[in-house]
Amino acid sequence: MATLLDYCALVRSKNAGPFTLTFDFMAKDEFTFAALCATGALHPGLFASLFHVAEGDVAVTAVPAALAIKVSLPRPVVQGARGDSDTYAGQQYGPLMALTLPELER
Amino acid sequence: MELRLLAPTGALGAGFDTAGFDRGEALRPHVIACDAGSTDSGPSALGSGRPKLSDAAVIRDLRHLLRARAALGVPLVIGSAGTSGRDDAVDHLAALVRKLCRADGQRVRLGLAYADQPAERLTRLWDEGRIRALPHAPAVTRETFSSSHVVGMMGVEPLGELLEDGCDVIVAGRASDTALFAALPHLRGADPGLTWHAAKTIECGAACAVPPSANGLLATVRDDHFDVTVLHPGARLTARSVAAHTLYENADPFRVIEPSGVLDTTDASYESVDEQTVRVRGARFERAAEYTVKLEGARLAGYQTVIVGGVRDRVVIRRLPELIELAQGYFAAKIHDVFDGRVDPADVDIDFRLYGAGAVLGAHEPDKLDPDELGVLITVTAPAQETARAVATFVAHAASHLPMPEYDGLVTTIAYPFSPPETDRGPVYEFTLNHVATGITPTELFRSSVENV
Repeated sequence: MATLLDYCALVRSKNAGPFTLTFDFMAKDEFTFAALCATGALHPGLFASLFHVAEGDVAVTAVPAALAIKVSLPRPVVQGARGDSDTYAGQQYGPLMALTLPELER
Repeated sequence: MELRLLAPTGALGAGFDTAGFDRGEALRPHVIACDAGSTDSGPSALGSGRPKLSDAAVIRDLRHLLRARAALGVPLVIGSAGTSGRDDAVDHLAALVRKLCRADGQRVRLGLAYADQPAERLTRLWDEGRIRALPHAPAVTRETFSSSHVVGMMGVEPLGELLEDGCDVIVAGRASDTALFAALPHLRGADPGLTWHAAKTIECGAACAVPPSANGLLATVRDDHFDVTVLHPGARLTARSVAAHTLYENADPFRVIEPSGVLDTTDASYESVDEQTVRVRGARFERAAEYTVKLEGARLAGYQTVIVGGVRDRVVIRRLPELIELAQGYFAAKIHDVFDGRVDPADVDIDFRLYGAGAVLGAHEPDKLDPDELGVLITVTAPAQETARAVATFVAHAASHLPMPEYDGLVTTIAYPFSPPETDRGPVYEFTLNHVATGITPTELFRSSVENV
């Protein structure tokens, strides 16, 4: 089995303003970008279940020029509100590093 | 047509490499622009007026910018002064500009653009149904506007008026980062799609370079494309690194919303010119049917005292979640007792975060974590600092002597690294708005002043 880091050169989470959480999955190259898109692993349902939001609130967009997939959803806790443990939302991608993906076959 | 826009750094006060900046100056930009703010570090700057970066760091950058501006005789545009872009932050930054100009014998025409929004105006707009919620906005009532400090995010128009007035240096309150770079090309009639895309590409400085940094970029806007060039030694740009910047801190990678419309980069193409330069074309700007000004608000959410500790005993680590829950009842009774009924326990929040056992993701932690050592952060939030501190002192004491059923006798259950264990955090703030004002002209929510320094 492979992980996101076999497909991606960079996985990150970040604020897109105080009310939106956004993830960037930067593929290593054109081959892993196509392969990552083909797995369908980064689907709205995954983020909806991880962050307890409605599937319809999760936007998944492929950006071919950047060999990247972007995922945006409502921030689970508004930035800086009581109970927010991640001001920059920078560690929210953590659990995704355990995601198992199909082995890459070049 | 050719217009060169210099972005010396991703944020005023973040610092930049002077060799790269000198190279940017030598390329004779038509404008130097730089953003000094963001909501990215949280509601504190907008709520309190305290900037994220120090005066010393801001002065260091400002000195270089003012000197280069004077040498070139071109405008310097700084927006979102003091992190928040509040009026008092504009005044504070303007005072630094005056001081540096006087010390250096520079004569400048200084334009200030203010973005604070008085409660009466907002309440009127609200009553008239002219304040609209953006996605994921918090609930708002009339009272929100009087309890919050609110700024409007200006577009190119208020900046353009000051440029037309002949200002050499513009210090603006809250402004769209991209507008700082787009204001001058907008006045000169440059293609709006290329202008806004160039502005979006360079507004974070060399964040899109390989390796990324806070150093500068130069954008050269021509008739049917723009070139973006990284300036400091040892950095590269690739077609992909520039394309990828549209993703950064942005919910939609293809559509960037500005007060006057939407930058659509769906059809943009990126082509490498050399190691330092990428050529970009194809973005479009769709003018919106109505002008909107984004509103940002923050208000006081209480006063905090925090306690940091750690646990190494696995027996305590296993018991801790249930003991903390039990302790909450004890704390409520204790608050009632200590303050003789003057403080309602419901007004005091006592929060335990167990680092190593799911503190970072909280309720969204999908894994069962099983640590050998635990970091404990206790946060007490109350309507007054003295209350938060008083509660924290007995919380710290009680938490270090939790009643462990496994042990017969008194045991110390948390290790505190500091004496005293409690630290006051002062006032804390919360964001209250993710809205836009509608039915307004591009300049009516902003006031400006001009002076000769």
